[in-house]
Order: sequence, then C-alpha cells, then structure tokens
Amino acid sequence: MKFYFFHLMPYADLDLSYTEKYDTSWVKLPNTYYDREKGHALYNRYLDELEFADTLGFDGIGCNEHHQTAYGMMPSPIVIASALSRRTKNAKILVLGSAIPLRENPLWLAEEHAMIDTITGGRLISGFVRGIGAEYHATGVNPIWSHERFHEAHDLIIRAWTEPGPFRFAGKHYHFDYVNLWPRPYQQPHPPIWIPSQGSQETIEWASHPSRKYTYLQTFSPAAAVARFLKMYRDQAEKYGYEASGDQLGWAIPVYVGETDEIARKEARPHIEAFRNKFAKMPFEMLLPPGYLSMSSMKRVAAAKAGMSIDMTLEMLDEQGMFIVGSAATVRERLAEAQKQIGFNHLLPLLQFGTLPHDLTIKNATLFAEQVMPHLRPLGEAKAAAAAE
Amino acid sequence: MPATKTTIELRGCKIGLMRAGEGAPMLYLHGAAGAGAWLPFMERLSRHFDLIVPEHPGFGVSDTPPWLGSVGDLAYFYLDFIKAFGLRDLHLMGSSLGGWTALEIAIRSTHALKTLTVNCPVGLRIPDVPVADMFLWSPEERARNLFHDRALADQMLAVPPTEAEADVLMKNNYATARLAWQPRFFNPDLEKWLHRIDVPTHIVWGREDRLVPVAYAHAFAGLIPNARVTIIPDCGHMPHIEKTDEFVRVAAAFCQERRP
Repeated sequence: MKFYFFHLMPYADLDLSYTEKYDTSWVKLPNTYYDREKGHALYNRYLDELEFADTLGFDGIGCNEHHQTAYGMMPSPIVIASALSRRTKNAKILVLGSAIPLRENPLWLAEEHAMIDTITGGRLISGFVRGIGAEYHATGVNPIWSHERFHEAHDLIIRAWTEPGPFRFAGKHYHFDYVNLWPRPYQQPHPPIWIPSQGSQETIEWASHPSRKYTYLQTFSPAAAVARFLKMYRDQAEKYGYEASGDQLGWAIPVYVGETDEIARKEARPHIEAFRNKFAKMPFEMLLPPGYLSMSSMKRVAAAKAGMSIDMTLEMLDEQGMFIVGSAATVRERLAEAQKQIGFNHLLPLLQFGTLPHDLTIKNATLFAEQVMPHLRPLGEAKAAAAAE
Repeated sequence: MPATKTTIELRGCKIGLMRAGEGAPMLYLHGAAGAGAWLPFMERLSRHFDLIVPEHPGFGVSDTPPWLGSVGDLAYFYLDFIKAFGLRDLHLMGSSLGGWTALEIAIRSTHALKTLTVNCPVGLRIPDVPVADMFLWSPEERARNLFHDRALADQMLAVPPTEAEADVLMKNNYATARLAWQPRFFNPDLEKWLHRIDVPTHIVWGREDRLVPVAYAHAFAGLIPNARVTIIPDCGHMPHIEKTDEFVRVAAAFCQERRP
C-alpha cells in the first residue's frame, strides 16, 4: 500500500457560530468572515504540514481545488503544488484534482501541470475532477455542460501533452487554432492521472476504460459505498477484459490516531464534527445544480441524501466508516480489514480536518507514519503479487 | 372549451401542444415552470382567441434536441413554428423565460406579429437590480418567492407533486439551466436590438415580483418603442396565475384595441 498526506486547507479559524445566520460555508458565506492575518498564518502552517509529511515518508502529498468557501482555501491547487515542488524532494505531488471543466482555457491547465511535472522531475500526479456542484454556482459555468466540458477538456489536455504541436482543436466547447505546448510534460507519455469521485457509474466506466486505466479515488464516503464503487471498478474492468490492479483504486478518508482509543476520540471529536457539520455544510440545491448529474442519477442521489442536512456525531461518522479514529492498533486493524475487503493500494488519509490545530495534526501525522504506515505498507503489494502469480 | 392536447414534430423535434378557442391566433410561450396543464388563464384567453400553447423543446413531454443551447435557439425554433403553422397577425405572449423568448423572436422578425405581450420577462440585466437566484431556492422558497399571496403559496405547498410531476419539474429545471444559467437569465446583446420591435407591445408586471423586480418593467419600456406598461398590485412573478382575472382582462383588452 502507498500513503498520501492529503490536505484540504480549511479556513480553520472560521467563526463556527456562522450557522446562526447562514446555511452554508460555501459561495454565500460573506468573506468578511475571513481574516487576512489568520489566512497568512494558516497557509504557512498548512504548507509546513505538507512539507513535514514528506520527511515522515509519505509517498505523496496532495492538494485540491474548491472555490469561494471556508471548507478549503485552495481555489488554485496549482499555487500550492508549485510552492511544494521546490521545498520537497521525495514525495509525489498530487493535484486532486484540477476542476478542468471550470476553465475557459484548459490549455493553461495543461501548461501549469506540465511545468510542475518538469520542475519536480516527474513527481506530479494529475487529478481531474468536474468540481462539486457549488463550484458551478461560484464560477457561473453551466452545470448542464459539466460532463461534456470535462470530457472535451480531458481529451484536449491529453492530446496537448502527447501529440506533437502545433495542431488544431475544434470541439463543441473549446476551439484552438494552435495547440503547441511549451513545456511538454516531463513524464512520458504524461503524468499519471487520478480521478477523485464521490461515486458514479459513468465516471467508473470512463476511468476504467482500457485506453485510460486511470486510478479511481473514492472520497469521503461511507465505507460500504467505497466498497461498492471500488468493486464496480473491478467488475467494469473485467467487462472490458482485464483485471484491475489495486494501483487503480484509492480511498480518501479522515483519520485520527491517538495514544489510546479514548484519547483519540476525545481529541478528534470537536474537529471532525466541525468538518462534517460546519465546513461541509451546504443545501441540496447548491450541492447538486441542474445538469450536474444525469436526471436518473439525480433522482437516486436526492433520495439517498434526504437526511443529509442532519448533523453527524463522531460516533455516527465512525459507525458509517466515514472516519477512522482510535489508537494505532485500532486504526491499523480497521484499515487492514478494509484493504482486505476492498483491495485498494492507495490510501489518502486526511490527517488535518476542520478545526484540528497544528500540534494535533503533527502528532496525528507522526503516529500514523510511525505506527500505522509500516504495518500496512506490505498489504496491497502482497495481494498484487499473489494476484500476479 | 377543453383544449386538445397533441404532440407535433418540427425540425425533427417532438413537442407537446395544447390548443383551443376561435378567433385571432395567440401563441403563448410558457416560463421556466413549464406548461403541462390547461390553466384557468388559458381557458379564459381561449374565449377570445385561438390560443396555441406549445411546450418548449427541453420541457415536459417535449424532446431535448442537441441544438438547444440558448433562448436564441428557441426563438428560431418558434419562427419556424410560426411559418409551419402559417400564423399571421399573431398575438404573441410570453411569461418570464417565455417572455424573454418572445422578445428574442420579435427582435429577429415581427413579420407575422400583430401584438406582443410580455409578462414579467427575464432577458435584460440592470447592473444595480439583481434578479434573484432561483436555482438556489428550495421547493418551498420557490413557492414563497414566486407568489405574493402567502395563502396561495401555502395551497401550492400543501399538495406535494406526484413522482411523475416531480420528474417534469426536474426536467424543466434542467431545461431552464440549459437556456439561462450563464449569463444568468439574460442576453447581453438583447438590449442592443429591442428598438427593432415595431408592433404594439404590452409589458405586464406583478408589483411585488421577488424574482425579477418591477424596475425591469420600466427598463424594458425604455428600450422598446411604443411599449405600454401595466403594473398589477399585490402580485408576484406569476400574474397570470396569481391575478388571473386582472391579467386576462388587461392582456385581452390590449390585443383587441382598435388601432389606426
């Protein structure tokens, strides 16, 4: 198994009583809640944490993209990945992902990723996402074209990375007379591509296609859903006539390791509950604008999300497998069990979440790296080796 | 008179169509909520006119054709529709999104039009007067914000939609996003060409419209030659539903005025 320290960079100093006046920390929460000095301190703290993870032996460190929200202060993951590219030496740098349909010119994104890949000598892992529904409110991009733009931007970026230029590109949403990337990516034919998703059959069919075999990453979902979607990927690969490897499957989940189960739960409780109930809070209409999902998927998700506005406690998150918390032994056991059942090779623990302060983040990351990672590292590889025999 | 409900095909696109009444032809273009049922205001208008109510491509029972991307596309579709039906001396009427569509038709050609009536149309942007963000409204907020009369909103909310109705509401919301998400409910080019509208034009507005504030009535009137404005008091964004009597009276009277 491989381990990636993934950060959301929340505005952890958020006044959590905002919920008395506003129903979301996204798009409509006034940015007067943001303090520039606190922002300055947080960015530097979070970059320190990501750099520290490199020294702890994580295989990679990751950032992502969200707009106009206290949930994450990374409207541009490119800026964070750039800041990390010269300060780290070993870890892969994961952009998970760039919301490619939100760009009016996806070639800029192809250029930016190629630059980071080249500066780091091939340490970039590129993630492509559509952005969550709130992004379509924040940017004005029409969610009706979200899927089409995602696929077209993807095709354009891959061609720009791999085909000699200049060439013309004439799509429905993007048109360019000159596609001629300087620099071309360092990795050949291009950086690995990962697809983070909250789970959809369409995405799985597309990502697992033999022409792509992109690593599919299930993010922040109940363990049962993770198992279901990762199995769906394996089944789909089988339909395509090949066996998916564990390297094509990943799971991102908040994790907290303490000295004992009791200490872990006590320390994590206010911060994971703030993460779920304050930072991730948004109304249905914002999360799922018209067109973001096919109408049949929208109906299904609407039914499943009927109770999503209910606040969740640590116990509820723990029971549903949306959060792994406990002593190193407990966390090892739960992750080993999940790995055995689901068979993923990439784990992206979110070791800072919500309001979790710096000292606890460092302790959490250190305990995870020293007491969890070494035990789990052989798991996926053993299985992959067994499968190969 | 009960309307005949049919499906017709035009340019390879099937659409729903309701029609009833005799007299001068009137084409009614519905708003974002669609035109599934033969509503009381339609029944009343059909006593004066040959009322034709198509369901827009993308909405209700109609197809969603691949060419549909903007209200301009819809306008060209209805110019073809007018031609295919051989409509002449037509009273063109539209509400909200349908009002915007009617304006887009009229700036392209008034050849077949006798009058134009727009009922709380979108389509224009006044920088300092925001149009509310309907896409972030919950179903309850929609009912509360579209009607001025709280009792009417309560009535609407008391009867939750059936599954089939909910499916249509979702489809209509998707179609509305397709046409109006960005730029949000307006066409930056529309105001350049509103001066081309050379038929008598009637702008009807609910004074308490919380989706598109009544300031837009006067802004449209300043851009369209020979436009008359009627403001209906104690009324929200749907005068044809909330104030059916008054809406039908003023709308029909305008169409039937003798003009030199």
